[in-house]
Amino acid sequence: MCRAAIACVLLALISGSVIASKPVAQLDATDTRRAAALAEQLRCLVCQNQSIAESNAELAVDLRREINEQIRAGRSDSDIVDFMVARYGDFVLYRPPVKPHTLLLWFGPALLAVVALIAFMRALRNRRRRSIERPLTDAEHAEAERLLGESVRSNQ
Amino acid sequence: MSEADTAVNVAVKNSPPAVIEPKSALRFVLPLAIFIVLAGFLFVGLRLNPREVPSPFIGKPAPSFQLTQLARPEQTFSPKQMQGEVWLLNVWASWCVACRIEHPLLVDLAKKNVIPIVGLNYKDKRDAALGWLGQFGDPYKLSVADTDGRVGIDYGVYGVPETFVIDKVGVIRFKQIGPITEDAWRDKILPLVQQLRQS
Repeated sequence: MCRAAIACVLLALISGSVIASKPVAQLDATDTRRAAALAEQLRCLVCQNQSIAESNAELAVDLRREINEQIRAGRSDSDIVDFMVARYGDFVLYRPPVKPHTLLLWFGPALLAVVALIAFMRALRNRRRRSIERPLTDAEHAEAERLLGESVRSNQ
Repeated sequence: MSEADTAVNVAVKNSPPAVIEPKSALRFVLPLAIFIVLAGFLFVGLRLNPREVPSPFIGKPAPSFQLTQLARPEQTFSPKQMQGEVWLLNVWASWCVACRIEHPLLVDLAKKNVIPIVGLNYKDKRDAALGWLGQFGDPYKLSVADTDGRVGIDYGVYGVPETFVIDKVGVIRFKQIGPITEDAWRDKILPLVQQLRQS
């Protein structure tokens, strides 16, 4: 992790000087918003905790340019996402697709919540049943009274 | 009956052993089991390298391109020219610090004529790239200049150096992300290359 972080910083430093002159294709306001929305959905593989929109890594700059050019060429959002997935895998998507091997990822938390809820309900029911099934005997009542009385006395 | 006796009786009656006892073992073992499984997952996770993203290219044809050669800009190169050979496509750049780590290994491979290596000089300046090869040695059959990084994007390059093992029919069989270490070469890449040559 540490090495990756250093590499990111170095890459950012290096890229600053190289990329500054690259012209970015001009887009109108709607398309600019589209490009920004796409860039936010895609993970930068160099600095993995940033999206392509946030990262200043050289690759992120290139991919933003690629998105702009593809939008200008009239390709749809899903075309562009497919283009990225074909090259960098599902890993570029911040929202992973629902596939057999991502089912646990998608539905695991809900499953866990349901299991926890069922366990909680059963525990509640058991507890209630136990207190209904076994009301206190007279002797236990007396003992409880005595202990309560004792604690009241010791508190005074 | 003394007070102590009564208290014990009440305690026993209030916690019927017949209900609690069989569960108590599970109550102890279950959280422990969950903890061990979770700790196992986290321990494995600690040892994974987050930069090694599974490549979507394994088993797919290497994307075609035609680029000018670094040393002879009047000539081009295309992966088609390597048909019939098992070869390495090594992505490198003069600005890439990690490339210097694997470079001696590549130079050694070239000296022993183990496998043809084609260099993809990624987002580099020609003078800097040629100077770098002059300084550290040139293990490449040839290098091509991917000045604007477009071929790099087509190959899903995100961390230079990267190395692709490409088989006789032009299918990518393996991708090394980051420098090729001695271990990676001996344990993964060389056995794969030998196997691909025989098939």
